[in-house]
Amino acid sequence: MTNSIVDMKNTDVALIMGSNTAENHPICMKWLGEAKRVRGAKIINVDPRFTRTSVVSDLYAPMRSGTDIAFLGGMIKYIIDNNLYHKDYVAAYTNASYLIADGFDFKDGLFTGYDSAKRSYDTKTWDYQYDADGTTILKDPTLSNPRCVFQLMAKHFSRYDIDTVCKITGTPKNKYLEVLKLFASTGAPNKVGTILYAMGITQHTVGSQNVKAFAVVQLLLGNMGRPGGGINALRGENNVQGGTDMALLFHLIPGYIDSPMNTAANKDLLSYLKAITPGAAKLPSANMDEFRAAVKAGIPNSGFKVNTSKWVVSTLKAWYGNSATKENDFAYNYLPKRDGMKNYSHIAMFEAMHKKEIDGLFIMGGNPVVGGPNANKEQTALCNLKWMVSVDLWLNETAEFWSYAAWERPHGGTHHMEKRSPKDIETEVFFLPACAVYEKEGTAASTSRWVQYRWKGAEPVGESKSDLWMIDQLAKGIQKLYKDSTRPEDEPIKNMTWGYGHGEEPEPIQVGLELGGYTVADKKPISSGFASLADDGSTACGAWIYCGQMTTKADGSLDYKPMWRDNKDNSKTGLGLYSKWAWCWPVNRRIVYNRCAIQPDGLTPWAGDDNRVLIRWDASKIADPKKPEVVGSWVGDDVPDCAKTSPPDKAVPFLMRPEGTGCFFAAKGALKEGPFPEHYEPWESPVKNLLNSQAVNPAAKIWEPEKLGKVEQYPLIGTTYRVVEHWQTGALTRNLPWLAELMPSMFVEISEQLGKLRGIENGDKVMVSTTRGDIEAIACVTKRIKPFIVNGEEVHMVGALWHFGFKGYVTGDPANRLTPHIGDANTMIPEYKAWLCDIRRA
Amino acid sequence: MARLMTNLYDVSKCTACRGCVIACKDTNQLSADEMGTFKGSYQTIEDTNGNTFTIMRFSEHEDPVEGVRWNFLKWQCMHCLDPECMKVCPKKAYTKSEWGATVQDPDKCIGCQYCSYACPFGIPKYRKRTDTITKCTLCLERVEEGLKPACTRTCLTGALTFGYRDELLQQAEERVKFLRANGFPRATIYGKLELGSGTNMIYVLTDTPDKFDLPVDPKVSANTWVWQDWVQPYAGWLIPVALAGSAISFVTTRLLNNKDGDHAEGGHE
Repeated sequence: MTNSIVDMKNTDVALIMGSNTAENHPICMKWLGEAKRVRGAKIINVDPRFTRTSVVSDLYAPMRSGTDIAFLGGMIKYIIDNNLYHKDYVAAYTNASYLIADGFDFKDGLFTGYDSAKRSYDTKTWDYQYDADGTTILKDPTLSNPRCVFQLMAKHFSRYDIDTVCKITGTPKNKYLEVLKLFASTGAPNKVGTILYAMGITQHTVGSQNVKAFAVVQLLLGNMGRPGGGINALRGENNVQGGTDMALLFHLIPGYIDSPMNTAANKDLLSYLKAITPGAAKLPSANMDEFRAAVKAGIPNSGFKVNTSKWVVSTLKAWYGNSATKENDFAYNYLPKRDGMKNYSHIAMFEAMHKKEIDGLFIMGGNPVVGGPNANKEQTALCNLKWMVSVDLWLNETAEFWSYAAWERPHGGTHHMEKRSPKDIETEVFFLPACAVYEKEGTAASTSRWVQYRWKGAEPVGESKSDLWMIDQLAKGIQKLYKDSTRPEDEPIKNMTWGYGHGEEPEPIQVGLELGGYTVADKKPISSGFASLADDGSTACGAWIYCGQMTTKADGSLDYKPMWRDNKDNSKTGLGLYSKWAWCWPVNRRIVYNRCAIQPDGLTPWAGDDNRVLIRWDASKIADPKKPEVVGSWVGDDVPDCAKTSPPDKAVPFLMRPEGTGCFFAAKGALKEGPFPEHYEPWESPVKNLLNSQAVNPAAKIWEPEKLGKVEQYPLIGTTYRVVEHWQTGALTRNLPWLAELMPSMFVEISEQLGKLRGIENGDKVMVSTTRGDIEAIACVTKRIKPFIVNGEEVHMVGALWHFGFKGYVTGDPANRLTPHIGDANTMIPEYKAWLCDIRRA
Repeated sequence: MARLMTNLYDVSKCTACRGCVIACKDTNQLSADEMGTFKGSYQTIEDTNGNTFTIMRFSEHEDPVEGVRWNFLKWQCMHCLDPECMKVCPKKAYTKSEWGATVQDPDKCIGCQYCSYACPFGIPKYRKRTDTITKCTLCLERVEEGLKPACTRTCLTGALTFGYRDELLQQAEERVKFLRANGFPRATIYGKLELGSGTNMIYVLTDTPDKFDLPVDPKVSANTWVWQDWVQPYAGWLIPVALAGSAISFVTTRLLNNKDGDHAEGGHE
């Protein structure tokens, strides 16, 4: 998230959309409660059903699952039409004034450059207009030029009038207007609104654009970079933030850098760096020395990511140590290269597994037999593996995918499932017991980006081990196995640096040292941050965004900042920064984009908002006593999110963007389906798109076109969600009696109206079906779901918990046997939240 | 009398996360013996039982103007200031702590369950394993060590607060005033004066008590007060007197009959 959980207490209006915060991130309710109590803040909750979050919200509005862009598009139009946007903020801190290339256009749901055969865009028209020099972007500060971003945005969203939006989303018009009015009120300079979201926003074929729509709203209202504001992703589980930071994603290396591909554009380190450094593609540099010089001189329209080479080279040094030298491209050729034509996401991996293309699988703390989309297909795919290693605290459904119980299916379903049995399955399955979170030591990064150290509280039970120990053993074992190999392809294994402590138990603090970065010559931690990283091999850093997390104490021993536990709020106006409690990336900056929390002059707070200032410009301050000639610095309670000694007129507020500004228009294919969000229906939808004639996100990959459910057979919207009592696939919680007792059965929620239509009463056993599978569940017939009136038609929804499987004290059918193999065009996150199904009494 | 200490539960802040239910199980080391089934409500556990001292109640309502309401209520012993359980217990197993907790001594309990019937809220429940009654203790041991009850300690929204009854009642009054002006016109306090002197567990409700399935004007059941006020006070000597009366009557009748000998059959007065 851009802000933090504690910071929520500083908000005036919180919009909870695509999240059931009270159930899935309960601690947020403590801080929102404080905002309500102390500041009179209001909470808006937009959700297909009335949840435990809705109960404590001030305003609840229902919205059909998968129509977030329509909902937000209407809000954007409302803000623009009624002049409710924060004018000075928009003028100074966004690309609203930038002129867009003449070749760019949009018609009937498609932007220019679309190739329908490839289902992808050539994005070269999604660019700015440049001056004769080719690098200076042309702008219109009056925001009136029809080709400026602001006007193009207004034109784009002009179709999202309130009536049309309510026809699409099924939100009652009066409620919709209440939401618009209340949230748009945060456009006033002295008001700040925050947005909380989670899987209800991301798990769609348009998930990324859903978030982009939030960005447009929050930039219009001037809420980014301000206490109590921001766009706050509530991460789906503890340390998934740490997981993605460390690039446990198929397309990245640590710190959200694109990993290299096996294309000509990435053939060597220089080509790769030119490709991934913004603005560097056409640099004439013929070798790394020239490239370094160009970086040092500055590359136009690059932003702070001009320093990418320093982060990449430092990572290579961390991984390959002395084997990574200037002469051998810092062992760049050791990095595995993705096949440019392949997709390596979860869905792609299981599709490949289904086609027998994968031999083995490590599945650590995961349970796709319950949690994966299209779970029937994924379970079948596992049978094609030669071997599988499952790591978890208990034998979960995936570890036992081969057992008889795993293949039981309800009778009378619409989906034919080939029943396997253990004798047919040849996969060799290993199970490694993992110990629980309190039985091991290390850091976890919370959704607030706070990297917090956890000390061990108890010894692991039986033979269970920490994940760190397992990976350490594997690495050591594999290296030993390959140590005498002479094959060139085994060099990466032989030459990787490995050694986190002396005993059998690896020391988390040594891992922390590598992640935080050190100077190669003396192995001393780089405590200042990633600005000190170099691309000449003198620094090593496992994850540049974690650079600076390690420092040294007066006696020279390591001081791991995630261990800090100073419980004092260092904010002079009580904003709850807690800068000495743990360490936050980047460089302990608690609220990112905080340059925007003060007016462009860097001196004057936004009118009436004196208490929510984070940094200001002090023209006489000397930032570095070793450089007394550099006078003038940003000062304040938070780490400034701009160049520390750049004066206000030069200190760009969004320095990671090539533009240096917040972007309403996402140029050059930053997002695959367009520079502006546009409403598309979910892949399986009961209604036609009212806004354009595209059936689904034009850039989303369709994996199983034959599985597209027809509304005549499957007329109901299906969705999945959680309850506070259970955790993910229930591998933990259904094995804990106190929690199992609270929620002992798989159930689905339907409206009283749907119940009447199908003759289903509260507590009846039902069967829910899609083209992917059938499940049995108990029906919860509730007032909290109402039919959606979509363009005059009544549309119903079936909501399913996804926590259940066949293991544990309490069991039930996995809802994911119903969900489809289709995902977002950019991230491939599966569309768990909107698909088509049918329901009947079982 | 020492200053009363009370648990205050504010429905308007509760998200029914049920952390309190689990904290109670943990602190009191209560088991989860039977996995029930979902019968149509998130509540799942119908009532307190021998191994569950507190539950969360869920009830749905719909108002044409206000819309859907999902009413939560943390349900447990109300620690009545004038407790019925204490009155009916034949073994005097119940006492009142000086700060207001209704304490049951499992060593004295014989599991007769009179208290279960007498309680206007039906709270105490029989536990077969120990052949005794169990119920919420208001975490007597924790409180007397200066800690908060486990449920209150866990609650992260501040729906539960523990403190001096007089202070909390005042906070509750202010809260109700605020709620009535902000979307909950029928918000009310429950437990201030119910059952005569009130209860040591106070509720701030967002609607009338019936919308939370709370007895609106809880009264002690007739069985109880007849037994309590008319019978039991005299039970100690009433039965021996009645028996003695019977015996005397038996003897005197026999004697009288013997005296009149032939009167017995077909006698007509």
